[in-house]
Amino acid sequence: MKPVRTAALSILAATTLGLSSHASAGTTLDAVMKKGYVQCGVSDGLPGFSFTDAQGNYKGIDVDVCRAVAAAVFGDASKVRFTPLTAKERFTALQSGEVDVLSRNTTWTSSRDSGMGLHFAGVTYYDGQGFLVNKKLGVKSAKELDGAAVCIQAGTTTELNLADYFRSSGMKYTPITYDKSDETIVALEAGRCDVLTSDQSQLYAQRIKLANPEDYVVLPEVISKEPLGPLVRQGDDEWFNIVRWTLFALLNAEEAGISSANVEKEAASSTNPDVRRLLGADGDYGKDLKVSKDWVVNMVKQVGNYGEMFERNVGMGSELKIARGQNALWNAGGLQYAPPVR
Amino acid sequence: MHTPASSPPPRASMLNDPKVRGLVFQVLAIATVIAIGWYLFDNTQTNLAQRGITSGFDFLDRSAGFGILQALIPYTESDTYGRVFLVGLLNTLLVAVLGIVLATMIGFIVGIARLSPNWLISRLAAIYIEIFRNIPPLLQIFFWYFAVLRAMPPPRDSHAVGDAIFLNIRGLYLPSPSAADGFWAFVTALALAILACVVLARWAKARREATGQAFPLLAACIALLVVVPAAAIGLAGTPLHWSVPVLTGFNFRGGWVVIPELVALTVALSIYTAAFIAEIVRSGIQAVSHGQTEAARSLGLRPGPTLRLVILPQAMRVIIPPLTSQYLNLVKNSSLAAAIGYPDLVSVFAGTALNQTGQAIETIAITMSVYLAISLAISILMNIYNKRIALVER
Repeated sequence: MKPVRTAALSILAATTLGLSSHASAGTTLDAVMKKGYVQCGVSDGLPGFSFTDAQGNYKGIDVDVCRAVAAAVFGDASKVRFTPLTAKERFTALQSGEVDVLSRNTTWTSSRDSGMGLHFAGVTYYDGQGFLVNKKLGVKSAKELDGAAVCIQAGTTTELNLADYFRSSGMKYTPITYDKSDETIVALEAGRCDVLTSDQSQLYAQRIKLANPEDYVVLPEVISKEPLGPLVRQGDDEWFNIVRWTLFALLNAEEAGISSANVEKEAASSTNPDVRRLLGADGDYGKDLKVSKDWVVNMVKQVGNYGEMFERNVGMGSELKIARGQNALWNAGGLQYAPPVR
Repeated sequence: MHTPASSPPPRASMLNDPKVRGLVFQVLAIATVIAIGWYLFDNTQTNLAQRGITSGFDFLDRSAGFGILQALIPYTESDTYGRVFLVGLLNTLLVAVLGIVLATMIGFIVGIARLSPNWLISRLAAIYIEIFRNIPPLLQIFFWYFAVLRAMPPPRDSHAVGDAIFLNIRGLYLPSPSAADGFWAFVTALALAILACVVLARWAKARREATGQAFPLLAACIALLVVVPAAAIGLAGTPLHWSVPVLTGFNFRGGWVVIPELVALTVALSIYTAAFIAEIVRSGIQAVSHGQTEAARSLGLRPGPTLRLVILPQAMRVIIPPLTSQYLNLVKNSSLAAAIGYPDLVSVFAGTALNQTGQAIETIAITMSVYLAISLAISILMNIYNKRIALVER
């Protein structure tokens, strides 16, 4: 009943906007502290990013970002609750206040940042759009896809990029649009469409769900830039800063060589001034963020640094086996760069 | 607000005058409603502005930038969100019209079959009704969609009728017609034949009322509609060119395609709603006194004409009002289309367009008003029809 849910969310958004009084907005941080947990919007099932394992636990890199925020705010990474959202529901859920953070493989674009009352706090994963096809079709390049039926998830940047790509290449296509990514996979397997298009990381993740993953291949073309990251509501800088610096702290921890294994030892005995400031041994850089002095220690101890998160969920320690590539740190040839703590 | 006219009281205090008091209370009530409405509107505007969410209807003129699976009017990715709205609306109306026609046909047949003296037929009708009206429509839509999807071959192994019609998992491909040399001759001949039929029908009715003799109108009309246009084709040449679908690359090109999403949705909604209509038809027929049947029989009418000329016209008076509700239900249930990716109004406008623009309040408001307008229009039409067939008291 997802369409009904989307409508319900939209109506909820309309009524909250209509009924809440002008001034008494109240900060997100206060509300989160009061209820005792962070409500986090994640995807409705995408291996590596956010999905539930056989025991019903949420796993994935997007999920870990939420846990890190909870660790920063409460010192306890388990104080987080998850709301699975489809691509169509996600923005309304955040706008209406149903979730505090949206960490759901969402592409940072200008219109989302400026027109929807939302702010992107940073980039968790640099991605790009690709195509997944059955090997039987004998297609080697996306340029050979003229006339294909393409399965897409509704309400995504993917839908727009696809239209742009085919138009600029002078090719025709038939869009087959579903609400959920799982439905696109079912349709591809049934043969309703020839090609599935999505962010490349998602294609690798969805390929695992197929009955015979070896029969399908991801085409080499990457047709767009898809920086994925967490979002918060506009107009609450305090909460925005917490989420943004949670991401930066995870990156800074990796850069400084601080991991979940050595963070407590480093906090107690490190002599490196960068590490001492980051872990709260020198000064209190958590105070202005309105979090505890040892927030980074809690975060890294319970969730790990960015590199650990990556390897565990999407990298070599996972089924997806995606290389770091653009997501390596800046000093290792990638794009991940965080401003310093001082 | 009507107070019985009475002789004016000797000392009328304004406070005690029921007319004045009534007026004051009504004015207060209206003012309160307007004030609440204004408060909600103003508050929403202020909150939207405060949170930096764009509002207004400007987005309808912006380019949408995404493709739509089925469009009844020409549509490309560079068209506006306003056009997206029209495409979605037409797709919704298509399902509504097809569904209402099919559901009515199936419903009447099953409803009448349910009352058949033949034990097997009436049992089968009862089983149909009990199964399909007791399963949620969403599940039925999934059933038909996945049943249709799984059973069909891929495009390269299509079921073919001749080399013109193809059936595969991507849909039913039909040749599409376009006007040729003999087109206007054909249309003129067809119009003439229809006109002749209407004249014939009037004459037959007048004769029946005057003499009581029936005329085989249906057979005569079919003959007219076949012979006259056929003669036109013989004289002026073929009226239509057919563009035949051809398998090129991944899919068939050319011709018309009926997508499986449309088939699944229409079939599911028709079969579901028909089960309710069948029960309504049965109740309508049973509401007509059995004496009517006996009277018709004693006049020498056979069972077919008895049903068609005596029972059904009277049963319609009972059938129409609940039938209207079923039509409204069907239209509203068509919004379940989004579940299987049929591009109806809810799916493309209140779904994709809402998500791409982020303007939830506007899109949802427009969508709700559209469903309201469609439903009210159906109600009005059915009420007009109901008035026409209502019992005229003399």
